[in-house]
Amino acid sequence: MAEVIHPEEILVEIDPSNLLPKIMEMKKNGYRLSQICAAYIAEQFELSYSFADDTTYQYITLRIVIDPDTEIPSITELIPQAVFYENEMKELFGVKIQMISMDYENRLYRIKQTAPLGPQSKNEDAKTEKNNKK
Amino acid sequence: MAKRSVIPYGPQHPVLPEPVHLDLVVEDEKVVEAIPSIGFIHRGLESLVDKRDFNQMTYVAERTCGICSFQHGMGYCEAVEHIFGVEIPNRAKFLRTIWAELGRMHSHLLWLGLLADGFGFENLFYQCWRIREKILDLQEMTSGGRLIFSVNKIGGVLKDIPADQLNIILTTLEEVEKEIKTVQKTFLEDYTVQSRLCGVGILTKEQAHDLGCAGPFGRASGINTDMRKLGYAAYPHIDFEPIIHQDGDSYARCSCRIQELFQSIDILRQAISKIPEETDLFTPVKGNPNGEYFMRVEQPRGEAIYYVKANGKPYVERLRIRTPTFANLPGLCEMLKNTDLADVGLLILTIDPCISCTER
Repeated sequence: MAEVIHPEEILVEIDPSNLLPKIMEMKKNGYRLSQICAAYIAEQFELSYSFADDTTYQYITLRIVIDPDTEIPSITELIPQAVFYENEMKELFGVKIQMISMDYENRLYRIKQTAPLGPQSKNEDAKTEKNNKK
Repeated sequence: MAKRSVIPYGPQHPVLPEPVHLDLVVEDEKVVEAIPSIGFIHRGLESLVDKRDFNQMTYVAERTCGICSFQHGMGYCEAVEHIFGVEIPNRAKFLRTIWAELGRMHSHLLWLGLLADGFGFENLFYQCWRIREKILDLQEMTSGGRLIFSVNKIGGVLKDIPADQLNIILTTLEEVEKEIKTVQKTFLEDYTVQSRLCGVGILTKEQAHDLGCAGPFGRASGINTDMRKLGYAAYPHIDFEPIIHQDGDSYARCSCRIQELFQSIDILRQAISKIPEETDLFTPVKGNPNGEYFMRVEQPRGEAIYYVKANGKPYVERLRIRTPTFANLPGLCEMLKNTDLADVGLLILTIDPCISCTER
């Protein structure tokens, strides 16, 4: 029988102002950036930065919750590979991110619609649904 | 200092199986920098969560990729099953493992063929795809579909594999194993192949870790990680160890995938010998999911992540699929630095890029 690893899976909500120090801490502790994802829920953005330990398979997700108008710093200076994740959040959700090392200017996915998963589109979808019901 | 120029590479290029564009900054024939751009086939699959309920999204998830479609469906189902807190029947776990490993085999054989085509070895390309055809036949026999199976369901699987078909899989695997050994000799021992792969496109272990490389691409550079060790499906009942290489070059990537083919054959044999006799193929789930989960599975190209967040309604709030190629693109750009322009096509192939699932 193979050895099965049951890793710790931790989700920690942090203050947006602590984002860069926490990311730095994760990097120093040898964690690998596994993914970043955005979700627009209850009129706020939930941004999840997940880190994995390749030896213990431990999985830690740092989460910040921000208003759609809040600007956050890019982490690409600390973790260059975050560039695609941040461009994706910016283009699909309209998350405001400052100083991405390589900013594709909303041309990563080459879509015509602005922030299709962001607040504006969600509100429009809700309106259309209401009108359809009427 | 040589004059710098920029060469656009792709999205249409004979060596590229899928559309990706690179701006290659070159000095004479040496690549100094590679700037990638994607976005030619973005389909917005994740946005369908507003229009399809959590059961229907299984089929959407499967259509993320034509090569590892089964594993996409399985990853999504496992994430939702975690949220529900349901334990799927043991036989369903083994069936998922069997289909997942068949999928890994056909994906690696497809890649080996493309690699051979990339370095101009047409005959080897045909041989690999001929062997792959037998795996596709097995997939068709067991699921009804050659690539898109649609056998996953929240709580288990929809189809069983009867005993006579399991025996056919075992017999076919014997033939396939012999044939892979034949092509393995050419891939790993032929002088011309070695001269194209050995020492080309080196990515060190530190670079692979810092750039978050996943799957065989990372394991060929010494990253000892394989998500199957997390114990989803029937992997806790299977004896296997991740295949690791230290050289980090194209040869190591090729060797790693060939060894993984033999590993998959071994896993399939173990799974078939241990599959329990049960009639239940799925555990019914009641209500709607409520909660969130990050599910990690090991696809042929590496770690894939399915994030599902649900709020007790039929439509999940968020589905995010992070595919292995998405994680491997930064590694590709780093690896291309200081390589010959003539090797670029081959090096792109060595990460086994799947752009359609990257863009979703």
